[in-house]
Amino acid sequence: MRAADVVTKAVRNTYRSKLRTTLTVLALFVGAFTLTLTTAVGAGVTDYVTKQVASLGADDVFIVTRTAETTTDGPAEYDPETSSASTGTTGPGLPGTGASDPITEADLDEIASFDGILSVDPVQTAAVDFVQYDDGTKLELTISPTSSVTNADLVAGEQLDEGGDPQLVLPADYVDPLGFGSAEDAVGSTVSIGITDVLGEQHTVEATIAGVSQESLLNSGAGANTALVDELVEVQSAGIDSDDPRYAIAVARFDTSLSSDEVAALKAEIIDAGFGAQTIQDQLGVIKTVIDGIIGVLNAFAVIALIAAAFGIVNTLLMSVQERTREIGLMKAMGMRGRTVFALFSLEAVAIGFLGSALGVGVAALLGTALSGALSAGPLAALPGLTILLFEPASILGIMLLIMAIAFLAGTLPARRAAAKNPIDSLRYE
Amino acid sequence: MTDLVIDAQGIGKTYGKGSARFTALADVTVQIRRGECVAIVGKSGSGKSTLMHLLALLDQPDTGTLAIEGVDTRALNARRTSELRNRTFGFVFQQFFLTPGTSVLDNVTLPLEIAGVAPRVRRERGRAALAQLELDDKAGSNATDLSGGQKQRVVIARALVSEPSVIFADEPTGNLDTATGAVVEETLLRLNREQGITLIVVTHDEDLAARCDRQIVLRDGRIVSDSAREEVAA
Repeated sequence: MRAADVVTKAVRNTYRSKLRTTLTVLALFVGAFTLTLTTAVGAGVTDYVTKQVASLGADDVFIVTRTAETTTDGPAEYDPETSSASTGTTGPGLPGTGASDPITEADLDEIASFDGILSVDPVQTAAVDFVQYDDGTKLELTISPTSSVTNADLVAGEQLDEGGDPQLVLPADYVDPLGFGSAEDAVGSTVSIGITDVLGEQHTVEATIAGVSQESLLNSGAGANTALVDELVEVQSAGIDSDDPRYAIAVARFDTSLSSDEVAALKAEIIDAGFGAQTIQDQLGVIKTVIDGIIGVLNAFAVIALIAAAFGIVNTLLMSVQERTREIGLMKAMGMRGRTVFALFSLEAVAIGFLGSALGVGVAALLGTALSGALSAGPLAALPGLTILLFEPASILGIMLLIMAIAFLAGTLPARRAAAKNPIDSLRYE
Repeated sequence: MTDLVIDAQGIGKTYGKGSARFTALADVTVQIRRGECVAIVGKSGSGKSTLMHLLALLDQPDTGTLAIEGVDTRALNARRTSELRNRTFGFVFQQFFLTPGTSVLDNVTLPLEIAGVAPRVRRERGRAALAQLELDDKAGSNATDLSGGQKQRVVIARALVSEPSVIFADEPTGNLDTATGAVVEETLLRLNREQGITLIVVTHDEDLAARCDRQIVLRDGRIVSDSAREEVAA
């Protein structure tokens, strides 16, 4: 029998007992629908977190801190070259930094000496008082300490230009209060930043708005390029120069051509030297694990629904085999081979699987897109940039293939029974 | 000896095990020549259906040898057996066995579909077979909507469509009234006469049996009389 004829016949057979097929398809529909939605939530949240990671830091960056010496041999001896005073104060609000020893200039040189490290920059913090545009309202502003090495999730404009004039990336919620018409209008404008020096005198610094960033869950505040930070720090210190500046954290850029194994090795090297080194991905690994866990549990429920539906397929097809016993006998008498009979019934199962999955996936995508839009506009408006349900063609196709595979497996039992039928017994069957 | 379509030597079949053991057919030798019209007659339980199933390769004999068109069937694997059955035999059953909800044409072309014939050729040959039985106007009808006589003629068209050398008819008129039964009977005999298709009819209808060239009478799984042998003996 021709393969095309087998497929046509199998598909046609699914329409012969319409009610039974419909009910089986509905069972699969529930599974496909659920699995599509849970996968979409997973994709949506992961996508959001990935953007957040990008806004927190570039891929080629270690956040380096000074870890306290492990004191297995009692208190460590003071050495002016390597030791530094423990401040006990918390570092700038970056995940994973916490309380640590400050990093000295000597430390920076040591880190820079590792193979594969391109540059090391201390993270300087500037406490800004306000931001103001064109004599408008003065608004409080925080400058994100690591903004010079991170990529903002932009709604307008461009990323910071490290080489150029003082630039600022403004959070999107500042656009309206500062008096700009839109994010696009804000880009290119010059704003005044107010800052108080250590002597208590207030100064203003001018900066150009390079871009407007999406509000971010993990990285709050405005972004400033090195030129702006340097200027702010200089104004802040009021000309008082410290001989031995100390920093809570430093940012080390590494060669992007390094493989992930080499990056891990480099990281181990830095840690061995007594520093703490983490990539942004390391810091967010925990968050991702939690999300993956939740999505995994949701998916498990959907798979349970699919397994229940699979038993429905077994039942439906067993009844079909029973009903069509004489037909099977006749076809075998006419020379149809057992494996063709098997193919007919297992393909019928696959066809049922296709109907159920296509319907479930389609309805889930339509409903989910509408729901996602409504949620983003309503309850989830506080998390801009989050598409809670993200439908990816590859995962949708994967779900359909998975369900068709489950249907095929469920179909093999009835199909084997049909294939094993003896033509004479089947023809006698009343 | 190529003239022999079916050559069965001492074939036998036993069903069941132990005390339920039952010999349906014992040591039967039958030779059927091309173009013959043979009636296998006997009461129910005489083994006539079993003999037909064995001759039609629907079942395998426990003893003896069976050659179809000179080919020893014991040497054939399942696939070859299926192909041989598809190519050589046509079947007409008492209960019609038409697939419900499917068109008459699709029912008729089923053996061709199984044989892997292209759809266009299938339709042509199906229509030709239906035309031969004056059913061309019913090609598109649902098979289950036909009358008994029409159904049996569709079944004959189906048996005919693959141009078999042998048609097995198991009680072909059993489910029909006398008048339509006579039409079906006449159709089968005409195919035998005009197209030289070997016809093997299993029946307990003595009138139908009498219209065949040769009658093989079975009782308790053995041949009690074979008109061909008697002629030779006479």
